[in-house]
Amino acid sequence: MGRGIAYNVGRIACEYASGFRANCAFLGETVVRGLIMLFKPRQFRFRDCALAFERAGFDGLPITTLVGLLLGLILAFESAASLQMFGVEVYVADLIAIGLFRELGPLVTAIILAGRTGSAFAAEIGTMKVDEELDALTTMGLPPVRFLVLPRMVAAALVMPVLTIFSEIAGLLGGCLVLQIMDIPASVFWSHVISSSSLFMIVFGLAKSVLFGLLVGFIGCAAGMRTKNTADGVGVAATNAVVGGIVAIAVSDGLLAVVCYIFGI
Amino acid sequence: MENVIELEHVDAGYPGVKILEDVSFSIRRGEIFVLLGGSGCGKSTIMRHMIGLNTVQGGVLRVLGMEMNRKNRDRILRKIGVMYQSGALFGSMTCLQNVMLPLEEFTRLRKKERMDKARELLAQVGLADAESKMPSEISGGMKKRVAIARALALEPEIIFLDEPSAGLDPITSSALDDLILQIRKDRGTTFVVVTHELPSIFKIADRCAMFDKARRGMIAIGTPAELRDSSDDQFVRKFFGRGG
Repeated sequence: MGRGIAYNVGRIACEYASGFRANCAFLGETVVRGLIMLFKPRQFRFRDCALAFERAGFDGLPITTLVGLLLGLILAFESAASLQMFGVEVYVADLIAIGLFRELGPLVTAIILAGRTGSAFAAEIGTMKVDEELDALTTMGLPPVRFLVLPRMVAAALVMPVLTIFSEIAGLLGGCLVLQIMDIPASVFWSHVISSSSLFMIVFGLAKSVLFGLLVGFIGCAAGMRTKNTADGVGVAATNAVVGGIVAIAVSDGLLAVVCYIFGI
Repeated sequence: MENVIELEHVDAGYPGVKILEDVSFSIRRGEIFVLLGGSGCGKSTIMRHMIGLNTVQGGVLRVLGMEMNRKNRDRILRKIGVMYQSGALFGSMTCLQNVMLPLEEFTRLRKKERMDKARELLAQVGLADAESKMPSEISGGMKKRVAIARALALEPEIIFLDEPSAGLDPITSSALDDLILQIRKDRGTTFVVVTHELPSIFKIADRCAMFDKARRGMIAIGTPAELRDSSDDQFVRKFFGRGG
């Protein structure tokens, strides 16, 4: 027998409230441990961070570059079709450069990172939780946040700008290729790329990518830490990490766009 | 003899769920104390309270003279070691690195000294030749031995073992019991063991406390022989195979 709508609504609301509370507590602990780490850098697990960087970075490079290249190609083809009607297809280069540096480079790379690395973080930590390894860390006096979460978050934050740069370069090469097919010389393409971009724009895009990396790392680790000890626990954690990561990236990107608009950046 | 663990009217469980009520007993220094009972009776839960993973819902729990609470937890954790049911070895590290980890984090030993000590501990648990193996390459019994070596690394006063015999064949299980007795003899370490394996209980336990799910509490305490031969409780009699 069902317990009624009121009961189920109340139960779901309580679960959400409890999840929100746990996330806030986890965020608080992560921030505090991160600050402590700034003053005691020897406590930081550099080896684990390097391992996470390698897995997220070098292993993720081919797919990021490929998606970046295709993004550049698609952007160039789609925009060239419209701009050709006005005879200004050379401005495809400006569009690709501004689009990639400001927005699409960091955004698409972050979504790939959420799918590859965020889910991997959740699955790794989730499996450790199911195998009682998190309990073992705790009873050894080693806080899992310091031992597992911070190295992964730092790795994700460091790897994002690197992947973004590769993705953007690949995207520009893709755009250049399309324009060459349209008989626009590479030199013209690159001169338009240089004239339409600024150092600030590139740095702003990379700073955004660092923020996205931190978000993906945090959400992936948080999902792993909340893994339930059930048959589908690790799978659910990985899914939550990807969904949560993409939502967080989209929301934060939207907020940044509004802030940039208000301040005229 | 000095008590190393004391429970006074402890209510145990998880947030929102009370599993055991009004549990009181104490564990003496140097003894091997077994927590036993049927599945789901709360024996692992009470151990989780003792190792600071859960907070007691009522009453007082003291470990090594300190009340187990947020303030004292880290100090207590430095003086205890835990072996989990699965071994809970870190899969990305070799057996040697697993044993070295607590030494790396909590001692000022140089790398070579840490390695020597970890090798010595692995040799003590009979796994000198497994130091470079990953946890995925060794058997369940070996994992538990490595976990005991890791638990011993900081020379704890109390070692907690959660279901050490679970999933092991009788010979491996008996060898693990021998190891526990040997460590107690060599180091005088107190052991708190969660198990329901009768051969193991009779081999290693000095005393045991028995829990019952239906009555949500501790129903008997004493030596294994006392519980087997003298208890009038129907559940205890049944557990020890004397019918009822």
